[in-house]
Amino acid sequence: MVPAEGLLSSSWLLIALPLAGAAVLLRGGRRTDRWGHLLGTATVVAAFVIGLLCTIQLAGLEEKSVGIDLYTFISSGSLEVKAGLLYDPLSAVFVLLITGVGSLIHIYSIGYMAHDPGRRRFFAYLNLFIAAMLLLVLGNSYVALYVGWEGVGLASYLLIAFWYTRPAAATAAKKAFIMNRVGDVGLALAIFLMFSQLGTTTYEGVFGGVGTLAGGTITALGLLLLLGACGKSGQFPLQAWLPDAMEGPTPVSALIHAATMVTAGVYLIARSAPIYDLTETARTVVMLIGALTLLIGAIAGCAYDDIKKVLAYSTVSQIGYMFLAVGLGPVGYVAGLAHLLAHGFFKAGLFLGAGSVMHAMDDQVDMRRYGGLWKKLPITFATFSLGYLALIGFPFLSGYFTKDAIIEATFDRGDTLGYATGGVAVLAAGLTAFYMTRLMFMTFFGRPRWEEGVHPHEAPSVMTVPMVVLAVGSVGAGFALVQAFPLSEWLSPVFGEPEEAEHVIAPLTIGIALTVVMFLGAFLAWLFVGRREVPVVAPVRVSPVTRAARKALYADAINESLFMRPGQWLTRALVFFDNRGVDGAVNGLAATLGGSSSRLGRTQTGFVRTYALGMLGGAVLVAGALLAVTAG
Amino acid sequence: MTQTLGGGETVVFWVLGPIALAGALGMVLSRNAVHSALWLVNTMLAFGVFYVIQEAPFLGAVQIIVYTGAIMILFLFVLMLVGRDTSDSVVETLRGQRVAAIILGIGFAGLVGAGIARATEDLPTDGLGDPGGAGNIPAISELLFTKYLLAFEVTSALLITAAVGAMVLAHIEREPGSRLSQKELSRARFLSERQGTLPGPGVFARANSVAVPAILPDGRVAEESLATGLEPQEPDEMPRPTGRGQLGSPDAALGTLDPAPLEGRDR
Amino acid sequence: MTLSWYLVLAAILFTIGAVGVLVRRNAIVVFMCVELMLNSVNLTLVTFARANGTVDGQIMAFFVMVVAAAEVVVGLAIIMSIYRTRRSASVDDANLLKY
Repeated sequence: MVPAEGLLSSSWLLIALPLAGAAVLLRGGRRTDRWGHLLGTATVVAAFVIGLLCTIQLAGLEEKSVGIDLYTFISSGSLEVKAGLLYDPLSAVFVLLITGVGSLIHIYSIGYMAHDPGRRRFFAYLNLFIAAMLLLVLGNSYVALYVGWEGVGLASYLLIAFWYTRPAAATAAKKAFIMNRVGDVGLALAIFLMFSQLGTTTYEGVFGGVGTLAGGTITALGLLLLLGACGKSGQFPLQAWLPDAMEGPTPVSALIHAATMVTAGVYLIARSAPIYDLTETARTVVMLIGALTLLIGAIAGCAYDDIKKVLAYSTVSQIGYMFLAVGLGPVGYVAGLAHLLAHGFFKAGLFLGAGSVMHAMDDQVDMRRYGGLWKKLPITFATFSLGYLALIGFPFLSGYFTKDAIIEATFDRGDTLGYATGGVAVLAAGLTAFYMTRLMFMTFFGRPRWEEGVHPHEAPSVMTVPMVVLAVGSVGAGFALVQAFPLSEWLSPVFGEPEEAEHVIAPLTIGIALTVVMFLGAFLAWLFVGRREVPVVAPVRVSPVTRAARKALYADAINESLFMRPGQWLTRALVFFDNRGVDGAVNGLAATLGGSSSRLGRTQTGFVRTYALGMLGGAVLVAGALLAVTAG
Repeated sequence: MTQTLGGGETVVFWVLGPIALAGALGMVLSRNAVHSALWLVNTMLAFGVFYVIQEAPFLGAVQIIVYTGAIMILFLFVLMLVGRDTSDSVVETLRGQRVAAIILGIGFAGLVGAGIARATEDLPTDGLGDPGGAGNIPAISELLFTKYLLAFEVTSALLITAAVGAMVLAHIEREPGSRLSQKELSRARFLSERQGTLPGPGVFARANSVAVPAILPDGRVAEESLATGLEPQEPDEMPRPTGRGQLGSPDAALGTLDPAPLEGRDR
Repeated sequence: MTLSWYLVLAAILFTIGAVGVLVRRNAIVVFMCVELMLNSVNLTLVTFARANGTVDGQIMAFFVMVVAAAEVVVGLAIIMSIYRTRRSASVDDANLLKY
């Protein structure tokens, strides 16, 4: 790692600009309402420009790993804790993703939130999020990552509950934050473990020293980091918050819950590659979690009528792909990250498109109320379709290349785990095609099933331009990243030179298989959804599988019975104990004292004769004592 | 060594001892306050005799003259003025006071008595010799004016203070001008309804008893003649003194001034 | 019969006086019980004077009598003035220290 020179030494501006924007907008209050959105967008665009320039500079360097020292946090004796940034290809990729997609979404939000009185606050929180996410990916130590981690959690909470007067939104935000917290415990424990075993949390120090640790410790580290990643990325068992997070405004869903925050978990695991390389167990667990989640997400996505929830489950499922990839070991990191970048483009595009549809349909999210929109919203339809095709892995669009790479790498393992997870991934690809095609049919095709008084109109250009840009990315990103400017080369300073793996199954076979599965899924969707009339009210008598899928495979029910109910019982028991036990003891003590004092007080009758009686009693005692002493 | 006392002394002790005890108990137990005082006088006289036979004739005389004669009489005076009708009711207001007092009293007497009896078994009876008899006063005065001179002087100061204090305490402060002079009283009298002086006691009396109120000429009971603290008796009910019966009813001697029967006669 | 009998008698009389103070409510009667207690102490003093063969005990008893006289004077004056204001000479009236 070399120290920074030139523009790279000012890369802290990347974090500082959005943070300053957030501070100004929040402190400024209503005075900044008129230009707040412009300031918020400007900071992120400026950050994108700086990030681009920094990356270009990085590309020209010999040693592509630059450290920027910010300041010394703690300096006491032998303990020196510095805060600093690390700019290397991995963080550069994320910086570009975050600021690039972030800028587009900021521009989109200018239009989307135009009629919302809280627009300035929205941009302030978005800026806060960008700043925290950049710190997360740029920090040079796990502690810096953790600060950013917490920051994005906070921003996510603030943004999900943006319309805080809605009870559903507030509950969803709480749920998201609490489930994130569960994951954060894992990350915190991992950091503690690192510090106690290695005495440092910087990437340099940890990766340098991890080889000296016991195998069990390394596995524990890997699993704890995985727990943190699951919380943030919405993987099993902590996936239930992501669909609920759709309560927030659509730009939030696009930026945070599709492109960036939920990918923080993948970043964490990718960054901790040196740790995972040493522990087979943790890698296996990562793969299993990824495979399980991608299947759960795919199944659940098939049964929802809320367009955003379908896209949310799709996100859960796609991140499962990424986890599967990074769990494969050195060969999988690049594939996972490539999919992450492609997913960032097309999922953000899909969400923005959904937002445009909602905007046109008076904020209606029920797809059963859509239908026949391709004529009314042409640009939205075009960009949405490109994103859709990319997602399902249509040949030569971005998703095709990236998913293909992952499944290839999975099968290349050659063992049962590889075959099993690979098979699951292929199956889920088919399901993905099914539910996305279903979504397309229900939304854009068919007979219009609109409500009274709804007049769909295309979105203003401030909203459509970002969608178009993202659509371009959806189309081209895959090819670019995998074939033209291979990501593997760019990331080789971080993950090592790409190896040519032994292909157990020929890549072409996998490509063909994926395409076949995709068409099969789409065909089934046309068969069951596109061909028939879509009922406006969801049918009640459905198969058990559908019922289970509608309840997201009972994830919420399980959470409630396993955690919420016992938690409530515990709370009630504690309250009972506190009221009766603790309060009872304290009040009882007070009552005893009061009662005994009033009873004792009754001896003060005020009558002289009572006191004289006491005196005589005392005299008797004295005489008795005297006699006892002299006689004895 | 323990000396037993002489036979005469023993007899006196065993006679007067129970009398003193009875007096003390009577004082404590009698309901009437004046009776209590009288019982105490009894006990004090017994004490006086005890002092005399204990070779303290001066003290015995002082006991009878000062204690019984002056102090107890002072008690009786104040009782007459103040405490006669504030006799205690039999019911004890404080719960358990009597029981506790009796138990403690018995306990105390028992303990102290037994203790003293045991401690003073070997009390010598040296006797005082001459100072216990005719030479008592010289012996006392010798000690009093030499060894205990300071106590003597202080006690005299105490006596003066006590006398002055009693005067101050018993003094009734009257507002200047609240005591009307003779002139003012006369003037007020002549301006009122009744200009004549009040009749002396017994003018309208119908009987010798102070409990019987006087009857005014028009037959009404004279309010001024009602004695305080006594239930007025009906004038008719009083026992007729002997000798008058021959004359018949007392009113017969008066005759009637008016043919019409007088108002207020019927009671 | 020894001198200790006088002492026992004095102790009993003292106790009777003490019980009387506790039991009677009329202030003057209480006062009289106190006088009884003083007298019994006098008897004790005189007995011990005789036992020791000196007159000191009699002098002490003498002083006790004088002080008792002064005390009676002042005490009765107090009772009288209390009676004048309160029209009652009961000891139980002074119960302001009641809880």
